Amino acid sequence: MESIIQLTRETLDRNALVEAVTHASAGGIVIFEGVVRDNARGKQVRYLEYDAYIEMAEEQIRVILAEAKQRWDIERVAVAHRFGRLEIGEASVIIVVATPHRAEAFEACRYIIDTLKTTVPIWKKEVATNGEEWVEG
Amino acid sequence: MKIRIRYFASIREITGLNEEILTVHEGATVADVRTLLMKRFPGIKPAMERSVCAVNRGYVATEMTLHEDDELVFIPPMGGGCIQES
Repeated sequence: MESIIQLTRETLDRNALVEAVTHASAGGIVIFEGVVRDNARGKQVRYLEYDAYIEMAEEQIRVILAEAKQRWDIERVAVAHRFGRLEIGEASVIIVVATPHRAEAFEACRYIIDTLKTTVPIWKKEVATNGEEWVEG
Repeated sequence: MKIRIRYFASIREITGLNEEILTVHEGATVADVRTLLMKRFPGIKPAMERSVCAVNRGYVATEMTLHEDDELVFIPPMGGGCIQES
């Protein structure tokens, strides 16, 4: 089955993503959810603004998933990333990986989120009580 | 020849542009365009110096020669890059 890749301004729907990757032959499902925190490096964060180079982000996520499928026995996988303005507590990214056994689901999910953060062109701006800045690594 | 440049994140904010069509000389490289843009928008220099480049949605080296209708984007470091975060 085709991997699910979503880049959207809308609220991410965790349950729909889990349902989409659920499969009779997959005994392990791992979910990673990245959520907007109310603080960063000592600052009080009001909200985050994500900017995305959508066409390239999709392609880069495809590259990551192709590599992950080479390394692990992935039955199904979904990656969803939000952009635009996100409030505290809202999910910015959700990754769901379904594999036959649990170990590879954990490993693959970790690989996907760590690689996504370094190669997928999506940026975040922290708008804090004392100013705003694009977070550049 | 004409190329398309798209701006994102801090570079978008400083230039005030989402994208533009730029006319450059035949054989121009990514590095040539970078130099040109930093002269036009001195404020983007710090971000540009830390950016990597993409042509037609794939990462490339700055020595890369551009062609008619290429889509060029300078990609500042991605914030979430810090693995401990989120």
